[in-house]
Amino acid sequence: MAVRHHDILPLGQRPPLLRLNHVDKVFNGDVIALRDMNLQVNQGDFISLLGPSGCGKSTALRIISDLMHPTRGKVEWEGGQGQGDLGVVFQEPTLMPWATVAQNVWLPFRLQGKSYGEVKDDVLEVLRLVGLEKFLNAYPRELSGGMKMRVSIARAIVTNPRLILMDEPFAALDEITRHKLNNDLLTLRSKIGCTVIFVTHSVFESVFLSDRIVVMAARPGRVLSEVTVDAPYPRDEAFRTSAEYAGHARRASEALREAMGEHA
Amino acid sequence: MSLADDRSLALAGTRDEDEIRRARAARIERLAKWALPVVIMGLAILGWAWIVTANEIPHYILPGPDRVWDSLVNDWGMLIEAAYLTGWITLAALVMAVVGGAGLAILFNQSKMLELSFYPYAVILQVTPVVSIAPLIFIYVDSKIAGMLLCAWLVAFFPVLSSTTLGLNSVDHNLRDLFRIYGATRWQRLRYLQLPSALPYFLGGLKIAGGLSLIGAVVAELVAGTGGIGSGLAFRIQEAGYRLNIARMFAALALVAAMGVFIFAALSVLSHLLLRKWHESALRKEG
Ligand SMILES: Nc1ncnc2c1ncn2[C@@H]1O[C@H](COP(=O)(O)OP(=O)(O)O)[C@@H](O)[C@H]1O
Ligand SMILES: [Mg+2]
Repeated sequence: MAVRHHDILPLGQRPPLLRLNHVDKVFNGDVIALRDMNLQVNQGDFISLLGPSGCGKSTALRIISDLMHPTRGKVEWEGGQGQGDLGVVFQEPTLMPWATVAQNVWLPFRLQGKSYGEVKDDVLEVLRLVGLEKFLNAYPRELSGGMKMRVSIARAIVTNPRLILMDEPFAALDEITRHKLNNDLLTLRSKIGCTVIFVTHSVFESVFLSDRIVVMAARPGRVLSEVTVDAPYPRDEAFRTSAEYAGHARRASEALREAMGEHA
Repeated sequence: MSLADDRSLALAGTRDEDEIRRARAARIERLAKWALPVVIMGLAILGWAWIVTANEIPHYILPGPDRVWDSLVNDWGMLIEAAYLTGWITLAALVMAVVGGAGLAILFNQSKMLELSFYPYAVILQVTPVVSIAPLIFIYVDSKIAGMLLCAWLVAFFPVLSSTTLGLNSVDHNLRDLFRIYGATRWQRLRYLQLPSALPYFLGGLKIAGGLSLIGAVVAELVAGTGGIGSGLAFRIQEAGYRLNIARMFAALALVAAMGVFIFAALSVLSHLLLRKWHESALRKEG
């Protein structure tokens, strides 16, 4: 059993994991994609970045994953960052079409120089966790959109990362598949206790999934407010139709409306 | 399906008119794909024979198909030896074009400075017609074989170079980001990401290079003439022309064409085998 389980402590008792300190990002000298973003991510958080398109959500993730440097400010990992500390899921499944499902999930390990034999058990285990253990040797083109996304998630969790970044992962899927994947994502999180930053522009998705919603605004991209969703996990279909859910959704919508300002 | 009601049972196994019509059309097309070209070929040969006999055209102007066939049979030993030489040059040039073209593409991909320095010269070599370079080559290169290989290589390497370059640069940008996030080394990125991404492009270039290396070999033979190394098909065509042995010209020409077709077919099969598991181009189209 190489995929560890972490306990998720209640909000307020979670040890810090990562901090964005006064992060600014300017493109071409005039597009302020992020202005003074401060965010502390704690172990076990499920954070949604919620905001209209162009408010710098993807930019924030790219800075956290070190794909780009902030213009000013910095990202600090508690105890430094090591290889395999980060898992990512993009809006597209981003699988290698020439490789089988198992080979795709092996990739993060392979890039660490580990042979398939060494990590086979981990690969099988995460594929079981996302319900695709029967598709080990399938090629991506044989899978549906939702299944490809599951492979992408399996790949993101296989190294036991301290943090998983997801950039609108389900935005391109149909609503039924999206609901299913949202449910399964929460089940997965309760099993392995991962920390997630999840980008979305859907209020409902963010309320259902997360315990912290960071609401962002555009021009300049910035954090406007944070909404806490203190509904307990596990959350299921019943939660989706509860008054509690509706209440949280209303608060998040209001915060978002404020974020949109007169641009809405 | 667990819908075992009467209506579902009655529907199971039925095909409606649309499907039957489509299946029939597909079957006819599959057959026609082979049959029609063969019929056309047969008609052309019959027409050719008829024109020659009806107009009593002398065989040293236009031989009938029967004479071409006779030549093919009688001169088979000589022709097959010639085909062997031409085929050997073509194949060697193609292998060198693959090594050189793909190798250069990888080098250029790894070093922008190298690419900026040398790519323009690769283009210049490509756009200068090989027929005009060939005589010069045979002045400076003593070995006929080496000269012919060089000629054939010159025409064949560029499509491999340019298509592989394109392929190496056509990596999905999300996958590229993913590799960066996972701390892939340059070598890992090349091996696990760029080379597989470039494969379909490379194979496209290879198909073109296959045809071009045959053209290069033929041009080289015509320029080089013969000299101790035996004679290829192109040289045999030229020689038969001087002797007004038109039938042999046609016979040798048929062999050159057959070689071209064979190379193309072989490379298509290779491409299909390598891509069939995953690439869109290898999928059977539906509907
Ligand atoms: N590489 C880039 N070069 C220039 N401008 C960019 C670049 N990336 C993002 N931007 C701009 O920065 C802003 C924020 O973009 P992004 O982070 O992608 O927003 P979101 O993901 O919230 O939709 C947008 O106005 C976008 O046009
Ligand atoms: Mg985005």
